[in-house]
Amino acid sequence: MTLLHVDGVAAGYAGPPVLRDVTFEIAAGERVGVLGPNGGGKSTLFRVLLGELTPSAGTISGTRRFGYVPQTERSRLDYPVTALDVALMGTLWSSRWWLPVGKRDRERGFAALGRVGLREQADTMFGELSGGQRQRVLAARALVQDADVLLLDEPFSGVDVASGEMLTSLLDELASEGRGLLIATHDLEQAAGWDRVLCLNRRAVAFGVPEEVLTLDVLEQTYGGAIVTLPGKAAAILPPHHHDR
Amino acid sequence: MHALLHPWNETFMQLALGELVLLGVVGGIVGCWIVHYELAYSAESLAHALFPGLVGAALLGLPLLLGGAAGVAGAAAAVALVRRVPTLGADTAVAAVITSLFGLGVLLALTPATPPGLDALLFGDLLGVTRGDVLAAAMLAIAAGTALIVLHRPLLLVGFDRTTSRAFGARPLFVDLALLAVIAVAIVIGVRALGNLLVLALLVGPAATARLFASRMSSLMALAVALAVAASIAGLYLSYYASTAAGASVAVVMVGTYLAALAVRAAT
Repeated sequence: MTLLHVDGVAAGYAGPPVLRDVTFEIAAGERVGVLGPNGGGKSTLFRVLLGELTPSAGTISGTRRFGYVPQTERSRLDYPVTALDVALMGTLWSSRWWLPVGKRDRERGFAALGRVGLREQADTMFGELSGGQRQRVLAARALVQDADVLLLDEPFSGVDVASGEMLTSLLDELASEGRGLLIATHDLEQAAGWDRVLCLNRRAVAFGVPEEVLTLDVLEQTYGGAIVTLPGKAAAILPPHHHDR
Repeated sequence: MHALLHPWNETFMQLALGELVLLGVVGGIVGCWIVHYELAYSAESLAHALFPGLVGAALLGLPLLLGGAAGVAGAAAAVALVRRVPTLGADTAVAAVITSLFGLGVLLALTPATPPGLDALLFGDLLGVTRGDVLAAAMLAIAAGTALIVLHRPLLLVGFDRTTSRAFGARPLFVDLALLAVIAVAIVIGVRALGNLLVLALLVGPAATARLFASRMSSLMALAVALAVAASIAGLYLSYYASTAAGASVAVVMVGTYLAALAVRAAT
């Protein structure tokens, strides 16, 4: 079952499109990796899907409500919220926002934190958590949103090994539940293990299963130079500036 | 004990305290949002924006509270909207709007029909507060308190991460406008007592002080309210026994409390 279908979408910011000809779909249970250089349009695509930007061309059909995991670097560490407070922010769109958080929503928040291994840290201030734990809290918030499709913006960026493994397991679990996942990443090896890959460089360079998409030709079109072939792989790229993060 | 209780036998002291407690409760809570939304400058500008509204009300024979509310509400909306102009920085937007409004107020104030006593609107007349003023402030405090309860969740979300808050169902522009409106109401509550030049002391001071010690929003708000009320009582004592200006005394105590708290925090 197709959860989201994007056909020929173009979008930009008060000027020529920074992203065009983007066509892809997400089926239930699929993990779709979004690869591309910085400035290649990954964030723009997410903003279009979230309704923050109106596409100048193309159509989007299927679900329009997404669970969203932003990059943890955007979060304020001096803000007076606990891990549970952040998780409960995911209830705003599904409950009456003008009422205080109810018992049922709190239980959802605790359950989501439990799912990312942070039930015991529910009362810990968000800013006191490690980078990986903060990323897991943001994932818990997306779980509370309980959407069919989740958008994850570089969820593995800057996280420790333990948090990375937990997030990987969580993504696998969510996919097995029938949710669709769109995951922006710089990790080519990881994307190669997912179900489909969308390569962006101001346009959709390619979309399909990793075995067909992750070719040297596609990756050169996606990233330009700095191609590195990895042992045991048909072709791969690890642009140095992406590993400086 | 007599010295402690004696001031409160005076009706004008009771009314002054009543007015300050109402301002302290609303100001302490809304101040936490002002501090975390980094709106202290905007809030101060809104207080100055009361001036043309007050003058206009005086000229038209309308209640000053109504004029002040209209002036601040107009300024709040103008600041929120002008801030969204991408090429205009937030500071520039606020300065442009407030300068224009203040100029308008001066223009109105210079007409021969303007009644005397406008200085009280700048510096307040805490010991001249009437029962009617306290009643009006109570009604505004109930409205502002209700709005703060209703807006709590969207405020928390937008303040945490404005850029992604829409993805979670919040509307940042609506939240900004609503918060500025509540700040405006808090200013109107306090302008009768402290004047629009000093009212910020009880809007920003308590929250800024509480932030040094409390980490959670709920405890931050509770501590800010307690500090605002305590500073009000201490300021009134100071004014009563030292014969100092009441509003200024409250403001000085609040600022002194903040500086003392800073010193304590630095020492621990």
